Amino acid sequence: MIDAVSVGMMATDTHRAIEAVFRIEQAKLIAGLTRMVRDVGVAEELAQDALVAALEQWPKSGMPEKPGAWLMAAAKHRAIDLFRRNKLAGRKHAELGYELEIEQETPPDLDEALDDHVGDDLLRLIFISCHPILSPAARATLTLRLLGGLTTEEIARAFLVPEPTIQQRIVRAKRALSESRVPFEVPRGEELAARLSSVLSVIYLIFNEGYSATAGDDWMRPQLCEEALRLGRILAELAHEEPEVHGLVALMEIQASRLETRTSPSGEPILLLDQNRARWDQLLIRRGLAALERADTLAPESGRASGPYALQAAIAACHARARTAEETDWARIVGLYGSLGEIAPSPIVELNRAVALAMLFGPEAGLEIIDGLTAEPMLKTYHLLPSVRGDLLKKLGRLGEARAEFERAAGLTRNERERKLLLDRAAICAD
Amino acid sequence: MRFMMLMIPKGYEKAAPGTVPDAKAVKAMMKYNEALQKAGVLLTLDGLHPPSMGARVSFAGGKPKVTDGPFAEAKEVIGGYWMIEVKSRDEAIEWAKRCPASEHEVIEIRPVQEMSDFPPDVQKAAEGFEAMQKAAREGRQ
Repeated sequence: MIDAVSVGMMATDTHRAIEAVFRIEQAKLIAGLTRMVRDVGVAEELAQDALVAALEQWPKSGMPEKPGAWLMAAAKHRAIDLFRRNKLAGRKHAELGYELEIEQETPPDLDEALDDHVGDDLLRLIFISCHPILSPAARATLTLRLLGGLTTEEIARAFLVPEPTIQQRIVRAKRALSESRVPFEVPRGEELAARLSSVLSVIYLIFNEGYSATAGDDWMRPQLCEEALRLGRILAELAHEEPEVHGLVALMEIQASRLETRTSPSGEPILLLDQNRARWDQLLIRRGLAALERADTLAPESGRASGPYALQAAIAACHARARTAEETDWARIVGLYGSLGEIAPSPIVELNRAVALAMLFGPEAGLEIIDGLTAEPMLKTYHLLPSVRGDLLKKLGRLGEARAEFERAAGLTRNERERKLLLDRAAICAD
Repeated sequence: MRFMMLMIPKGYEKAAPGTVPDAKAVKAMMKYNEALQKAGVLLTLDGLHPPSMGARVSFAGGKPKVTDGPFAEAKEVIGGYWMIEVKSRDEAIEWAKRCPASEHEVIEIRPVQEMSDFPPDVQKAAEGFEAMQKAAREGRQ
C-alpha cells in the first residue's frame, strides 16, 4: 500500500532527480540547441521548456533510459512548433525549420549523434558566452548561467548584487549576442588566441570571486571556486592542445587545495605562510602539478613560452611543493615573477616580486622596490600595497610607520574580515 | 561536494589472484570514465585487485594481527572507486545510475567528510595547531 506521504516523497525525490539530470545535461542541451536555432537566448528557453516537460511527464512515466536524449528530443519538438508558428522574428525560419525537420527524421542513434557534436557545441557555447562584445561581468554571469547552470538567484548571491540586476544582465547579454549576429563557432587562427584569453580570464574571474571575496563579510564562496574549476576541467578536455588552458587549471587546482586552510574556524583569514600545510588538499595539488606539467610540455611543442597562467601556476606549485614555509624556493619564485612581469607587466606582479625578494634577501630588498611603487596610479586604492609595506616595516622594527600602513590598508579593503585582521596588526604595532 | 562511488562486485570476495575484468567491460567503463572527466566532475579513480592478493590487519585485544586474503567472512568487497565533485547527493546518484555496471555489481555512494562536518572540539584542535605553527614562525623572525 502506498500512502499519501510516500507518494509525496516520491514526487519530491523524482523532482530532485530531474534537477540533477538537468544539471548534468543543461549545458550540452543549450549548446546543441544553439547550433540548431542560432540564438543562445532561444536555445536556453527551449531547454527550459524541455525541463518543464520532464517535470510534468517523468513523475508519471518514470525516468527515461536516456534522459539526455529525451530532453533534447523534447526541446527539438518545441523548436519545430515555434518555427511552424513563425514566432521567431527576423530569421530565416523556413530554412532553419527545414534543417530541424531533417535532423528530426534521421535519428539513427541520437546518443551517438549527440556525442559527435557535443564537444564542439560546448566549446562554441563557452566562446559565445565569453564574447568580447559583452562586458566582463556579463561574460561571467552568462557563463555561470548557461554552462554552470546556476540560477539567477545563486549568481546574485555569489556576486552580492540584487537578483533583478543579474536577470537584466543576462537578458541584455543574450540580446546583444542576438542583435550582433555573433556566429556560433570556435574562432580560428589569430583570433583564437585573443578569444581564448577572454574565456580563461572569465573562468579565473569566477574563481577569484569565490576565492577572495572582494566585498561583504563572506571571506570566500567555495561554490564559485568549484564551479570555475569544473568549467576549467571541461575546457581542458575540449581544448586539450592549448597550454594556457592547462596552466589555468593548474593554478586553480593548486589555489583551491588551500581553500580549507585559508580561514580559522572562527572565520579569521590565515595568510599563506601561516597555513597548516598538513591540511592542504593533496589530491588537488597532485592534479594541479599534473596539469602544470601538461602546460609545460605543450608550450614548447607549440613553439611558445609559458603563458601568464602557467607561470602563476608554477609559482603556486613552489608553495605547494614546500613541506614547510621555510623550505619555499624563494629564488625560483623571484625568477618566475620576473618572467611574468616580462610577458604581463603589472605593478601587482612587481609587488609580489618584491615580497619574494624580501623573503630571499630580507625586508630592505623588498621595501626598496615597493617604495618605487607607491606612486603607481593602479595601486592607489590597492590595500595589499600598504599591507605588504606595513609587514616589511614591522620586520625592520619601524613600528610607527608600520602601524600607519596597516591602518591605511584597513581603510582600503572592502572585505570585513580582512579589515579586522589589518586593524589587529596595526594594534600590535602600537603595543 | 565530494563523493566516493564505491564499486562492489558480487563474487569479487572469492576472486582468484590476478582476476581482471574482460576487455569489453573495460571498454564500456572507459567510456563512462571519459564522460565523468568531460563533465569536469571526476577527481580520481582506481581499480583494486581482489582480496586474495591483499591482507587484513585486525586489532583484537589491541594487538595487530595479519590475515592474508581471501577472507572467509567477507560478503562484500570493494573492486574500485571514483572520487567525484558535484553539487548535490542527487547529482552523485544520477552519475552512478549512468554506470555501465553488470547486474551483480552495486555502487555505494558516500559523501566525503569535510573539516566543517566535524564537531567544534575537533575543529578547535585544528585551530590550536594553526596558532602553534604561527607562534613558532614568529618566534624565529
